[in-house]
Amino acid sequence: MSEFLQQLLNGLSLGAIYALIALGYTMVYGVLRFINFAHSDVFMVGAFIGYYLGKLVPENIVWGGLVVLLAAMLGCALLGMIIERLAYRPLRGAATLNVLITAIGVSLLLEYSGQVFFGATPRTFPAVFPSGNYSFGSLVISSNQILVIVVAALLMVALQLIVYRTKIGTAMRAVSLNPKAAQLVGVNNDVVISFTFGLGSALAGAGGILYALNYPSIDPLMGVMPGLKAFVAAVLGGIGNIPGAALGGLLLGTVETFVNGSQWSTYKDAIAFAILIIILLFRPAGLLGKFTVEKV
Amino acid sequence: MISASRPFIQLIASVLVTTTALLTSSGCNRQPDTIKLGEFASMTGKEAVFGQNVNKGTRLAIEESNVAGGVLGRTLELITEDDQSKPGESATVVKKLISRDKVVVILGEITSGRTLEAAPIAQAAKIPLISPGATNTEVTAKGNYIFRVCFIDDFQGTVMAKFARDTLKLKRVAILSSVSSAQSVGLAKYFRERFTSASTAIAAEQKYSEGDKDFRAQLTAIKAAGADGIFVPGYYAEAALICKQARDLGLTLPLLGVDGWESPDLLAIAGDAAEGCYLSTHFSPESKAPVVVAFNERYQKRWGISANALSVLGYDATMLAIDAIRRAGSTDGAKIRDALAATKDYPAVTGAITFDAHRNPTKNAVVLLVKNGKFTFVQDVAP
Repeated sequence: MSEFLQQLLNGLSLGAIYALIALGYTMVYGVLRFINFAHSDVFMVGAFIGYYLGKLVPENIVWGGLVVLLAAMLGCALLGMIIERLAYRPLRGAATLNVLITAIGVSLLLEYSGQVFFGATPRTFPAVFPSGNYSFGSLVISSNQILVIVVAALLMVALQLIVYRTKIGTAMRAVSLNPKAAQLVGVNNDVVISFTFGLGSALAGAGGILYALNYPSIDPLMGVMPGLKAFVAAVLGGIGNIPGAALGGLLLGTVETFVNGSQWSTYKDAIAFAILIIILLFRPAGLLGKFTVEKV
Repeated sequence: MISASRPFIQLIASVLVTTTALLTSSGCNRQPDTIKLGEFASMTGKEAVFGQNVNKGTRLAIEESNVAGGVLGRTLELITEDDQSKPGESATVVKKLISRDKVVVILGEITSGRTLEAAPIAQAAKIPLISPGATNTEVTAKGNYIFRVCFIDDFQGTVMAKFARDTLKLKRVAILSSVSSAQSVGLAKYFRERFTSASTAIAAEQKYSEGDKDFRAQLTAIKAAGADGIFVPGYYAEAALICKQARDLGLTLPLLGVDGWESPDLLAIAGDAAEGCYLSTHFSPESKAPVVVAFNERYQKRWGISANALSVLGYDATMLAIDAIRRAGSTDGAKIRDALAATKDYPAVTGAITFDAHRNPTKNAVVLLVKNGKFTFVQDVAP
């Protein structure tokens, strides 16, 4: 029983990070109907911003950690907006496939310029937050795991509030529903799309820091696998749906952890992805997604 | 038509003549006054520390030999290619070393997986390959042109199994091995065979893949199985995170590692979590043997840092290659191979090398302990 609870805890903290990254995929998809493959590399840049800043602030102090976290989110938001402005905006209105290929190009550009600027060698991420382990009976939880779950939950609530309770959130939903009609009623699409990229990238930046805190060895290709998993999580939950991405992330993290702790650990990715295929066979729009007929 | 095409033909002819002339003249200039040795190593990427250390040892060997007058009256030239610690890349760079650079010997790689990838290529081209640190048993079975200067995993697995059972008195050890590393799979097998006895057993066996970052699931299962030690045959990038996450989960037991653990990065990433862990490796710089002390001094002087097992193995492999070229009296691949195979009591820094019929040397292993953020010598184990 205690092993089960421990694995559940491990799975939730891994899933919370997937969920944070998945939110970025799903938001951009919701508004623009395309997958921003460069998202996972923004996640990597977030971790590296934390790495360089972490050396400047004193270690093991809460405010130092918060400064690093906020700075990484801000840096990534800027990066996301710049990518959108330079790479995606000129292609607005072009075929989806063109934008998709551009996204893959931007992703590779970030990965390999990362290798040039940061070096390909894995770096040790500094312990910016004070860390400790708490045990409840045989159950052990590290402060970093708690931090991941708390920060992820807070950011998801904040996101939900922004999307449903603010003016810019209403504009985002309007653009998502019908970009032309939104423009007709006075929504500035460029600003809204730029904001969406900024917001999604900020979440990726936060994800990067939280991931690096838990797995303190970072390198320019660190975003590839978590990015792929988060993308799967977003599809699993129903792409374009914010609670769906969170649910998908948590589910994928938990399943992966349970398989990993069993005797079939060799097949962990195979089993995780097989579950995805099965769910999509029965619910093609994902767990929380609504199936809509494409308008022609 | 004909008159129109004639200038064109003339042009082509003149281009051909010039190119041929250039080629022959450059061929004359490149009259091989240097003997080229090719090295492939993980200079960047996940195991960059390995490649960079080996390369320092290799370069020191080349520099020392050139100062001493080279070999066969010619200067040695080292061509290093980076395999980026990636699968697939080794084959490409070794092909390039053989076909474009025409190297006479291939040096590398420190890891078994990447050596296994390059070995068939060297074998097919009949260019001797000497690996400084590929310990997987299969490596030299790839062909009679493949050699190594390190012990094999059969022995390393036995050393750790005996150490766990007899010295540490552990009863139930768990194994956490990598499914994507040839070395790890082999070591797990030998450890399992040698550790199991009437009073000792393997508590649990868990797997991971290279590049994984999360090991909490496997470690939680190991904790639940009631293990009193964990054998982790793998490389430092994953081993460091495994140590850290094991301590996070409240596991205070010793983790047992192998030669792939030996890197300053293990200590940097794992920090306090690595304290009290043991590993087996090829060499300890703390050794008081005169040849080791002298080597340490030269290495320290050249690079400003102290030597480790990786750099010493790189040095030994290169010196052995140069010695074999001298004994062969030729740069012909087959003759160098024969000279290598006939190596007897070659005085390497990591111990005397005599090849058996499978081109493996018989050498000692050392066990190190991570103590106060340093690798400290525990014991020497003879085969």
